[in-house]
Amino acid sequence: MTVVPPADESAQVAARVERRWATMSIVIVLLLATAAALIGLQHATMPQGRVETIDAARLHLSGEFVESNLGTAVEPDGSVTVRAIGQQYSFVPDCLLVPTDTPITFRATSPDVVHGFLIVGTNINTMLVPGYVASIRARFSNPGEHLMPCQEFCGVGHEGMWARVKVIDKAEFTRLSAGKRRMSCAD
Amino acid sequence: MLTSRRLIIAHFWLAFGLFGLALLLGAWQMLMRSPLSGWIENPEWYYRSLTAHGTVMAYVFPTLIAMGFGYAISESALEQPLIGRRWAWAGFWLVAVGSVTAVVPVALGRASVLYTFYPPLIGNGFYYVGIVLAVVGSWIWVALMSINLRIWKRANPGKPVPLAMFANVAGSYLWAWTAVGAALELLLQIIPVAFGLVSTIDAGLARIFFSWTLHAIVYFWLFPTYIAYYTIVPRAIGGRVYSDAMSRIAFVLFLVVAMPIGIHHAFMDPEVGAGFKFVHSVFTALVALPTLLTVFTICASVEIAARLRGGRGLFGWVTALPWRNPIMLALAFSFVMLGFGGAGGLINMSYQLDTSIHNTQWITGHFHLIFGGAIVIMYFAIAYDLWPHLTGRPLASLGLMRLQLWLWFVGMIVTTFPWHWVGILGMPRRMAFFDYGDPALAPLAFSVVLSVLGGFILVLSGLLFLVVLLRGHRTAPAEAGPYRFAEALHPPVSVPAVLNGYGLWVGLMIALTVSNYGYPILQLAVRSDTAVQAVYVGGSR
Repeated sequence: MTVVPPADESAQVAARVERRWATMSIVIVLLLATAAALIGLQHATMPQGRVETIDAARLHLSGEFVESNLGTAVEPDGSVTVRAIGQQYSFVPDCLLVPTDTPITFRATSPDVVHGFLIVGTNINTMLVPGYVASIRARFSNPGEHLMPCQEFCGVGHEGMWARVKVIDKAEFTRLSAGKRRMSCAD
Repeated sequence: MLTSRRLIIAHFWLAFGLFGLALLLGAWQMLMRSPLSGWIENPEWYYRSLTAHGTVMAYVFPTLIAMGFGYAISESALEQPLIGRRWAWAGFWLVAVGSVTAVVPVALGRASVLYTFYPPLIGNGFYYVGIVLAVVGSWIWVALMSINLRIWKRANPGKPVPLAMFANVAGSYLWAWTAVGAALELLLQIIPVAFGLVSTIDAGLARIFFSWTLHAIVYFWLFPTYIAYYTIVPRAIGGRVYSDAMSRIAFVLFLVVAMPIGIHHAFMDPEVGAGFKFVHSVFTALVALPTLLTVFTICASVEIAARLRGGRGLFGWVTALPWRNPIMLALAFSFVMLGFGGAGGLINMSYQLDTSIHNTQWITGHFHLIFGGAIVIMYFAIAYDLWPHLTGRPLASLGLMRLQLWLWFVGMIVTTFPWHWVGILGMPRRMAFFDYGDPALAPLAFSVVLSVLGGFILVLSGLLFLVVLLRGHRTAPAEAGPYRFAEALHPPVSVPAVLNGYGLWVGLMIALTVSNYGYPILQLAVRSDTAVQAVYVGGSR
């Protein structure tokens, strides 16, 4: 014979167990949100801070994304800016050249439809939306080659839209970049 | 007391018929992009197929299930015949005609823009018009659910709304509101361009409108599944719902927090600033709460069934569960897939982790595991549970049903786990072809082949499912009795007004949408310099 507790008592037990679980769930959720906030505050990985717009129809005529300005540029402070365009169905330049151990800013946009910018094997990943400029900061530790596919459907040629990123040793990059305004793997 | 059986069967058959076709397309796509196939001669076919697969699976199939199941819930939980059955048929035909209108241009290759639209790519206008028609049809369902509940409340003042109907109407309100985002994108932006009235479009604004729909739609897909967890499973396995009040809280929480989180789909987008991305990331963490509560309530409800069947011990009761019952099996599979999929979701919701897998095959794996796995396997369970009450004939073969569920579970795991893996390796989504001869891509080949095998297992399971339902129309008639939902362990005598209606929750849903979407939308809507030239697809116009 088992003793059956009265119904209201069992309801209280049930409510207590349930409250304990609900509290635990809320704590888990708060922990997750706090972790995201802390990482953001330390700027370990941060989304682009502000929205930057650009006239997509006139990219090729003037301004930052004219063809002669695309590729890798060494800034006066020693950092590197890489400018690129994703268009149906290729990237310009189609092979980006970057040094190791250097702060790098990728700035890219699209003159036609939405494309994606993903450097395989890294967490460098952004959308290229026409009318807007994507800007992300990164740093490479090791030399090597990475694939850079368009990660967003952009039309029937989407599957052919692949570029490469070549990371070379900082010293070699400095030697190659002497006297050059803009660089890509072709240099 | 199901009196609108033909109406409900029509919804289910149209849903599952289209599901079967879209499933075949999905498997074909997996084959084409794998090392098992050579060069795809015309990649356009792939994107055409992908557009049809996504349009059917994301819009038509789950909407029809929610509608059909919703009518069944309204009639049986409220024990009153459906009011407005003619309107319900009108809604059904709007969805059917809308689907055909949308799919014809897709089949002709005039709208290969994927179900997520992606302006400034613009397909044939009738593709978008068809989707709008289907959504309008589903809004008739929303109105009918609300009206039926109101009439019942008037006849039963002060009585607690049955849990199944309470959740069903919450789901319909969520859908009504979340569909507004895509509706605004279609009506204000895309359709005028598609019919040539305007030639430019703000792609960034369109992406924000779409994100309004894109996340909460997942919870709309989830509602029938959760209703089955709470109100079908405990009854089918001989248990009780652990807590009626907590169940209601879980459903209204979905209504509130499913909406203001969609911008996590735009974490990597340049048209939204960092602040709103953070806000949406935090709210996305909140949406884990109703699911955590559900996991507890359902496990506890299942434990009650096991103990009533003589189960003993801290975990020993698990062996006392009716494992040969297909509903029990479906629940277990669904929970396993929800667990893995949910863990993946926690990764996606964090901006920092998302950067590694955004728009890779990881994402494809994630939502197939959650939607195709955890959610759809319960759609199967709903159909199995409801079918005898709709046809007046029992489903003959429990063994076949178990085999079908096992195959779906195994197939989904074999499909999606390798997808997650190649996603981590950086394999992008939605590509018609990969050159596996490239040394950088060759390591993906084995995993991709594995997932194709999973896709074939899913096709087999899908066919078996249709066979079981078809055979269910041919067995000897036997009245299945009234369709009932699970009872609570402590059935509610009265429910606080706030958990017996939606005023507060719908108010919060709208307020949070305005606070979390108002600025990002207005900021772009007021400026004209971000509009870009439309890129029309599909040849001559």
